[in-house]
Amino acid sequence: MIKLNDLKISYRIGNRVIEAVNGVTLTIPDGSIVGIAGESGCGKSTLMKAIYGDIQSPMSLSGGSIEYGMKGADGLPVTTQTIRREWFKSISYIPQSSMNSLNPVIRIRDQFTDFPGTDSNKKRVLERARAYIGKLGLPAEAMESYPHQLSGGMRQRVMIALATFFQPELIIADEPTTALDVVVQKEILLLLMEVQELMGNTILVVSHDMGVHYQVTHKMLIMYAGRVVEYGDTESVFADPQHPYTKMLIDSLPTIGDDSMRGVLASMAGAGGDRAYRVEPELIEVKPGHFMARPSQIVGAAA
Amino acid sequence: MTTESPSAAGAAAIPAAPTAKRRDSLLWLLNARLAIGLSLVSIFIVGSIVLPFFAPADPSLQATYLKNMPMSWEHLLGTNAIGQDIFWFLVFAIRNSLILGVLVGVGVTIISTAVGLSAGYIGGNYERVVMLVVDSFITIPLLPILIILGAVIRGNSSFLTVGLIIVVFGWAWGARTIRSMALSLREREFINMARFSGANTFNILTREIFPYVSAYMVVGFINTILFAVNTEATLAVIGLSKVEVPTLGSIIFWALNYNALFTGNYPWLVAPIVASILLFLGLFLTSTGFNAAFANKRGVA
Amino acid sequence: MGVLQYVAKRVGLYFAVLFIGLTITFLLPRLMPANPIDGYIGQIQARASGALTADDIIQLRANLEQLYGLKGDLFSQYLSYLERVVLHFDFGPSFTYYPQPVSQMIFNALPWTLGLLLISTFIAWLLGNMVGLVAGYFHTKKAATILEVVGILLYPIPYYILAVSVILLLAYIFPIFPLSPTFPVGQMTPQKFGMVIYNSLLPALTLVLAGFGWNILSMKALAVATTEEPYVTYARLKGASNWTRMVRYVFRNAMLPQVTALALSLGTVFNGALLTEMLFSYPGVGLIMRTAASGGDYNVLYGAIAISIIAVATAGLVIDLIYPLLDPRIRHK
Repeated sequence: MIKLNDLKISYRIGNRVIEAVNGVTLTIPDGSIVGIAGESGCGKSTLMKAIYGDIQSPMSLSGGSIEYGMKGADGLPVTTQTIRREWFKSISYIPQSSMNSLNPVIRIRDQFTDFPGTDSNKKRVLERARAYIGKLGLPAEAMESYPHQLSGGMRQRVMIALATFFQPELIIADEPTTALDVVVQKEILLLLMEVQELMGNTILVVSHDMGVHYQVTHKMLIMYAGRVVEYGDTESVFADPQHPYTKMLIDSLPTIGDDSMRGVLASMAGAGGDRAYRVEPELIEVKPGHFMARPSQIVGAAA
Repeated sequence: MTTESPSAAGAAAIPAAPTAKRRDSLLWLLNARLAIGLSLVSIFIVGSIVLPFFAPADPSLQATYLKNMPMSWEHLLGTNAIGQDIFWFLVFAIRNSLILGVLVGVGVTIISTAVGLSAGYIGGNYERVVMLVVDSFITIPLLPILIILGAVIRGNSSFLTVGLIIVVFGWAWGARTIRSMALSLREREFINMARFSGANTFNILTREIFPYVSAYMVVGFINTILFAVNTEATLAVIGLSKVEVPTLGSIIFWALNYNALFTGNYPWLVAPIVASILLFLGLFLTSTGFNAAFANKRGVA
Repeated sequence: MGVLQYVAKRVGLYFAVLFIGLTITFLLPRLMPANPIDGYIGQIQARASGALTADDIIQLRANLEQLYGLKGDLFSQYLSYLERVVLHFDFGPSFTYYPQPVSQMIFNALPWTLGLLLISTFIAWLLGNMVGLVAGYFHTKKAATILEVVGILLYPIPYYILAVSVILLLAYIFPIFPLSPTFPVGQMTPQKFGMVIYNSLLPALTLVLAGFGWNILSMKALAVATTEEPYVTYARLKGASNWTRMVRYVFRNAMLPQVTALALSLGTVFNGALLTEMLFSYPGVGLIMRTAASGGDYNVLYGAIAISIIAVATAGLVIDLIYPLLDPRIRHK
C-alpha cells in the first residue's frame, strides 16, 4: 500500500519555483493496476518520478511525504531517501521509448547483468534471465541480440522482462505503449496484465491514452494542473465521470458508431474544453471508492 | 598542418551546443570565452595596425643594430644575432601573419561555402564526386606536398604565393562541415515551403540556407585564420616559406638557425612563442565563443 | 550484407584517395615553374666547376629524363609512373645519395616514423578521451571545467610551438633531455635501444600533447551529448553505478565518433609527426624530407609524398575496417 500525504513537488528554474505536483493525497492499494491520466504538464510524470524516488535538481520534494509500506534489505521501512537502493528490486520502471532506452552497443544479455548488487555469478543470472524471457514470449536468441536487431514489440518485452526480473512490488510504466503500433500495443498491454496477475504486484501506468487506461487499469487517477481531480475504480470513472475535465477526456475517445466529430467538439465546448479549471485540493468521496475534486468555478480562458 | 586544420571547426562546433538545463549556467562561461578571445585578438589587431607607424626602421633589414643586445628601453626585447630589433620584428611578424591569415580565410571561406552548399543541396552524383575529392584532400597529408612546393618555388616565390597554396589545399574541412549543414537543412520544412512556392535553387541557397550557414562561416573564417597562420609558420620554421618576410614562423626559424638558446638570447625564441600562444588562444576562444553564442541564439529562438 | 557493403564502400574510397593522391604527386613537379632536371644539371655543373660542354649537357639531360621518368608525352609518363609506383614501389634513385634507390631510403625511415606516430597517437587518444570522458560525464560539476580548460589551452597551440616549448623547458631550462638528440645507427643493442627510447621521449611528448587537447575537447562534447541519451537515463534508473554508466554506456557510445575522427585526422597527425621529426632530428621520413628539400633531391621528395599518402590512407582504412567490430549496428545489419 502506497500512501501519498499532501505531496508537493516543485521545480526551481532560475529564481522561479513551479509547483508541478501541488498537494496530492491518496492511497494506492497493493496488487492493482493504477492508471494516471491527464494532459502534458499536468504533473503526472513528475508524480511518477517522485514515487520512483528519482528526485534530483532542479526538482525537489517541497512538502508532504510518500509511504511505501515495504521494507528494504536492511529491514527498515523504505522511504524517499532509501528508495534508490530498491531500484529494480522492489520498485522498477518501464520507460517510454524502448528503442532509445537500450544501450545500442551492448547485447540484451548484458542488460541483465549491470544492475548493482545482483548475483555475482553472472552465468547463473543469465541462465535465469534466459528462462525468464522465454516465459515473456521472447526467443532465447534475443539474449544474444543487439537492440537494433529486435522489433519494437520485442524491445518493449525486453523492457518488461528487465523491470519484472526481480519480481518487484511496484512497477512504474511511463507511456509503455506510445511508440508502438496498435496490434503490438495490445500484446504488450496483455503481457503487462498477465505479469501483474502472476506476481500480484502494483503497476502504475502513466499514459495520456484513455484507451490504454480503459483496457488495463483497475483504478484511475485523473490529474489536472498538479492536482488530482478524480480518483476511483476505472469502471466507475468511465461509467460515471464526475469532474468536467474527466468527462472531457472520456468524451474525447472516439467510439464505434460515433459518426461525426461534432459530438466530441460540442461536448468539449460544453465541458469547457478550452477553459482552465481551478481545482480544489480536497477530494470528496462521491461514491464508495470514487473521489473527485469539486470544480469550484471555471476561470477564464486557458493560458 | 599542425593541429589546426580547420577541423577545429568540427571540434569547436560540438562543445557549443549546451543543453537546455545548462544554458543558464553556461551563458556566463561562454560570454567569458568570447570576451577573453575577442580582447586578445583585438589587442593583436590594433597593435599590428597602429604600431608599425612608429617603427624606427624596417625590422627585416639585417645589421641595423648591434647584435645580441639585451633587453632595454631602447630595444624592448633586445636585438638578435643578425642585428634586428626583436620587438619590432615580432610586431611586423604578427601583422604579416594576420594579413596572410585574413586573405587565406576569405579565399577558403568562399571556396568551401560554394563547394559545401552546392554539394549538400544539389546532392546526387555531383555530391558523390565532390565528397570523394573533399575526403581525399582531407586524408592526403598536406605537409609533404607543401614541403615540395616550398622547396621548388622557394627561390622565386612571393609571400602571397604561399597564401595561395594554403588556400588550394585548405578548403576541404570547411566544405565538409558546410555540406553536412546544407544536407540537414535540405530536409527542413521551410526549405520545402520555399521550393513549393516556386523559389529556384539559387534563391533557396542564397535566401534560405545561407543565413543559417553564415553563422558557421564566421566561425570557419576565424578557424581558417588560425590554420593559415599556423601553416605558413610551420613552413617558415623549417625554412620553406619566404623566411626573409617577418612572420611568426620565420622569427622562430632564424632563432633556431642562429642557436638562440646556445647563445643565451632566449627572448628571441620565448617572445614569439608567447605571442603565438596568446594569438592562437585568442582566435580559438573567439571562434568557440562565437559558435556557442550562435548555438545559444538558435536554441532560444 | 551490411558489413560487406560498408567494407566495399570504404575500400572504394581508399583506392580513390590513393588515385587522387598519386595523381597530385605526379602532376606537382610537372606544374612547377622550375624543372628539377635543370636543378640537377645546375648542381652537377657546379660540382664539375663548369667543365661540361653543351653536348655533355644535352646527353646528361636525356639521361636524367630517362632516369626520372620525364620522357615522352604527359600521358605515357603518367602511365609509366603509375606502373612503377603501384607495381614496383620504384621512385628512381636519390640524387644526393646516387645510386641509392629512393624506396629503400624511405623504407628504412618509415618504421621510425610509424613507431613514433602510432605510439604517441595511441597514448594521446587514450589519455585525451579518458580526460574528456570525465570532463563530459561530470559536466555539471565545477571541477570538470578545469579539465576542459586544459584542452582549451593545449588545443590551439601548433606542433612547432609545442616542440620548441618542450625543448626550451625540458632540455634548456631543466636539462633532463639533450638539446640535440642523437640516434644510433646500425645493429640494435639493448643499450642503443634505451638511447633511442630516451631520445624519442621529447618528440613523442610533443605529439601526445598536441593530440591530447583535441581529444579532450571532442570527447567532452560527445560525452555531454551522450549523457543526455535515454539509455543513460535508463541505466541510472536501473541503479547502475556512475562507473558503469560512464564506461559502459557513455564511453562505449561516445568513442565511436572519436574512432572515425581519428581515421579522418590521420593526415593532420602525420603532418605533425613529420614536422616534429624535423625539429628533433628524429631519423624518420620527416627528416629525410627536410634533407631532400634543402638538397633539391626531388625524387626523394616525390617518393616520400607518395609513400606518406599510401601510409596515411592505409592506416585510415585499417581503422575504418576495425570500426564494425566496435559498432554492432554496422556489424549486424
